Amino acid sequence: MAETSNSHRKLRIHALRYNPAKADDTPRIQTYELEEAPGMTLFIALSEIREKQDPSLQFDFVCRAGICGSCGMMINGLPGLACRTVTKDLPADISLAPLPFFELIGDLSVNTGKWMRGMSEKLETWVHSMGQSTDLKRIEEAMDPALAEEVYELDRCIECGCCVASCGTARMRKDFVGAVGLNKMARFRLDPRDKRTDADFYELVGDDNGVFGCMSLLACHDVCPKNLPLQTQIAFLRRKMVLQGTKG
Amino acid sequence: MDSTPNVIAGVGLADRPRKSRWPARMDLAQSATGLVLGLFMWGHMFFVSSILLGKDAMWSITKMFEGYFFFGKAYPGAVSVIVGAIFAILIVHAFLAMRKFPANYTQYRTFIGHRKLMAHEDTTLWWVQAITGFLLFFIAAVHLYQMLMHPGDIGPYESADRVWSGRWWPLYLVALFAVELHGGIGLYRLCVKWGWLEGKDANASRKRLKTLKWVLTVFFIALGLATLAAYMKIGYDHRDRVGERYTPSWVVPNPMEKAK
Repeated sequence: MAETSNSHRKLRIHALRYNPAKADDTPRIQTYELEEAPGMTLFIALSEIREKQDPSLQFDFVCRAGICGSCGMMINGLPGLACRTVTKDLPADISLAPLPFFELIGDLSVNTGKWMRGMSEKLETWVHSMGQSTDLKRIEEAMDPALAEEVYELDRCIECGCCVASCGTARMRKDFVGAVGLNKMARFRLDPRDKRTDADFYELVGDDNGVFGCMSLLACHDVCPKNLPLQTQIAFLRRKMVLQGTKG
Repeated sequence: MDSTPNVIAGVGLADRPRKSRWPARMDLAQSATGLVLGLFMWGHMFFVSSILLGKDAMWSITKMFEGYFFFGKAYPGAVSVIVGAIFAILIVHAFLAMRKFPANYTQYRTFIGHRKLMAHEDTTLWWVQAITGFLLFFIAAVHLYQMLMHPGDIGPYESADRVWSGRWWPLYLVALFAVELHGGIGLYRLCVKWGWLEGKDANASRKRLKTLKWVLTVFFIALGLATLAAYMKIGYDHRDRVGERYTPSWVVPNPMEKAK
């Protein structure tokens, strides 16, 4: 095959190893060498290491297709999804570290789910029908296709945590809801089934842990593996919340 | 629990205690004061750089601000009023922007490490903004106090004497870089923060804004350096006659004399 000729690089993967559950463990970098294969992703590389070299290496994967959001990690200093990162786009030396900010489970595995759950509860990221009774038999109100498309666009967030790990504000201030939270607010604000008003949204994100904490460093926008329009959405939410806040 | 469906449906949300409106006002005020200061500094640079067109040009601009061409008499106090207003806006801006600074050593360390690891341009630019902003607390305060108390000491010889014989040039040199970096980055950030000039393709317009930001920053720093050099040269040549005021040959009598 033509493509194999240039793809037999020797990759050196430097992974941060640390198990916080072990009392005597100290963080260290461990280097694994392996031969690059055509079309190899970091998911394939890490699986090969775990299978053939070191079964103790911890990392998370479920879907291996950029949908589940579990394989977010720091790849040469930048957050990204390991399953969507092709090794051929990287130098032969690849440093891997767990996403900062989130609770470390071990090695490259972090508990994003726990934080995401807390953030979702805090921001009440679900459709509020505001007193309308729940009737599962009632036919849902029709939504304009263009609007449905807009809602869907923002709903593509997979909660991988890359935006939060890349966020200077979140790194300094642990209570910041991050781009993931602000994007969710923008998503529910768009949704006509959610009867909440801007006054209600202000109660959720109208402070320095919410939209006013954002310093517009835009790393979230630049690293988002789903290319969500975070810059636009946060700016939109900021304008709405300032309007709400200055209205009194 | 019986109340669960109500919680999920958001019943009674409107009766909850309301969040403070101040974070919204402060966010808006930080941006608004920054916008005023950023644009003012661009204007300011054009006015002081008039020395590059000659002493008479600079003298005319100074006298215009002192109201000489409107009232036939110079009122340097008018400059103090502008300086006072800018000083007030600066204090509000500094007070609000300070909220974003790292508040303790842990935050400081974390951000430094984060910036280095990410090597992300806009994150690094924010750090530049924070450092230059911190510098400006002191630099701008010194400069503004001087201007507030001695508004009449602006002019081709007056300013040049201050720059050279008064040994103000090191302060102005640092101020030039601090202001142009801080203001340029700040105005760019205002655009992306509020979604101004975003158009249909936010990524493309951000790239254009970033390029424009750098072009303007380089332009204003170059203009500033040339201007500072001009004042230093005039000040050096004038070092034996410090205190002498400049009057264009076509102006008789001296408007400062006339003011008395």
